[in-house]
Amino acid sequence: MREELLALIEKNSRIDLGELAVLLGAGEAEVVSELSALEQEGIICGYHTMIDWEKTSREKVSALIEVRVTPQRGQGFDSIAERIYQYPEVQSVYLMSGGYDLMIILEGKTLREVSSFVSEKLSALESVISTATHFILKKYKDHGTVLSRKKEDERQMITP
Amino acid sequence: MRNPLADRIVEIKPSGIRKFFDIAQEMKDTISLGVGEPDFDTPWHIRDEGIYSLEKGKTFYTSNAGLKELREEIAEYLYRKQGIRYEHPMEEILITVGGSEAIDIGFRAMINPGDEVLIPQPSFVSYEPCAVMAGAKPVIIDLKEENEFRLTAAELEEAITDRTKILVLPFPNNPTGAIMERKDLEAIAEVILKHDIYVMSDEIYAELSYKEKHVSIAQLPGMKERTILINGFSKAFAMTGWRLGYACGPQAIIEQMTKIHQYAIMCAPTTSQYAAVEALRNGDRDVAEMCTAYNQRRRFLVHAFREMGLPCFEPYGAFYIFPCIREFGMSSDDFAMRFLKEEGVAVVPGTAFGDCGEGYLRISYAASLENLRTAMERLGHFLEKLRGERGDR
Repeated sequence: MREELLALIEKNSRIDLGELAVLLGAGEAEVVSELSALEQEGIICGYHTMIDWEKTSREKVSALIEVRVTPQRGQGFDSIAERIYQYPEVQSVYLMSGGYDLMIILEGKTLREVSSFVSEKLSALESVISTATHFILKKYKDHGTVLSRKKEDERQMITP
Repeated sequence: MRNPLADRIVEIKPSGIRKFFDIAQEMKDTISLGVGEPDFDTPWHIRDEGIYSLEKGKTFYTSNAGLKELREEIAEYLYRKQGIRYEHPMEEILITVGGSEAIDIGFRAMINPGDEVLIPQPSFVSYEPCAVMAGAKPVIIDLKEENEFRLTAAELEEAITDRTKILVLPFPNNPTGAIMERKDLEAIAEVILKHDIYVMSDEIYAELSYKEKHVSIAQLPGMKERTILINGFSKAFAMTGWRLGYACGPQAIIEQMTKIHQYAIMCAPTTSQYAAVEALRNGDRDVAEMCTAYNQRRRFLVHAFREMGLPCFEPYGAFYIFPCIREFGMSSDDFAMRFLKEEGVAVVPGTAFGDCGEGYLRISYAASLENLRTAMERLGHFLEKLRGERGDR
């Protein structure tokens, strides 16, 4: 039940508890205890909402930043990653294989805000060797959800 | 002017679904639970393989019976999934234009005038007309809700005569969602062997079986030799528009079916065949995911009907549920028409799948949970209204 439950709430965390139990063919109490176990174990880390900010009036700029750093003795990349993720404008930090070390997803109100973060805060960190900033122009699909358009059902209304 | 038409074709009843289709098409905000095909898109890697085959210029006929690699993959797939071994896929497997073509040419290859074909109903709309067009006499077996619409050995025994040649075995079943478990099939197989008849086993919904893994009658001892196993890609891999199915069976029958196919069709669509190879090689995960989603919706509907007090046996196959509406004292046709006009939900009356479907509706759960939720709200509202009307009288 665990993985099926996770797959369902990953798509819709607001799903009615009673309905969730029906879909899984389980009792409601069973689902509740499984959910709290998953929270306890840190498998469920939060219940967020997907928002297409482009459709609101709020200005928002997102950027992907590739960062090359010098790993620190005994701590590898962890301590530098920790330094970076403290900034509230940093949405995500990933350790990457390939041509650079860390990938940062950054959100700011304006272009200036993002660039000043990179030049004044990020690049100023001692172990940061170089950065490359890519601004996101448009999101087509995010977290498995297509943002741009709703798909129409193209099937015939009634078929045998 | 002379009558241009063939009497035996004119005599065939047109499908009862048409009028619902016309009305539903005109209405706004209709939710359709009348669709007999998956609501999922064909998984992308399968579509991609079709596109790639076009890019490579694979735009010619294949051999009549279909691509060698596809037939080999099907043999491997049936062994992997059901343990049935077709050791000579080149002689025992024919790629057809959907399962529907296999039904048609299967009858045509096996029927002599006046042979009887046993057709359990409610079942898919094609068996009876195809049998008639092949010159057979269709003999209908009315399946019963008390048996969960499974075929029993007693019902079969009773319908068999000296002229009986083929039994159609349509499980998991459209429209009832019924399945046949191993013990059910064993009882049937005994009768089949005793009377020396053949089986056309339409297993197009084999992957959509929610109780236990689907069992094919061809798995049972002595049955592969007398079974035409029909399957395809439409339901399992959400590939209806690709029009691709297949028939497996004894070499002698497949050879004659191939002859008809060769003259009538030439070969199944080439692009679809390349896509199907990919489906069989790398599609197991997609099938499992879709199956999980159908199963959730199935549970949702069973639960919703129980809450509404609408009697319904629990279906374990395909993506249909078949509730009984006898308590409302109206025909399936009237019920479905009023439900469509008054609540904007399209379903198919059980009678579209045989006279014994009277008193039932086919509701398809190849629809999003969101649509199912709204449709069940509307159904609840409609039932309350009907119960109110009956109470007034």
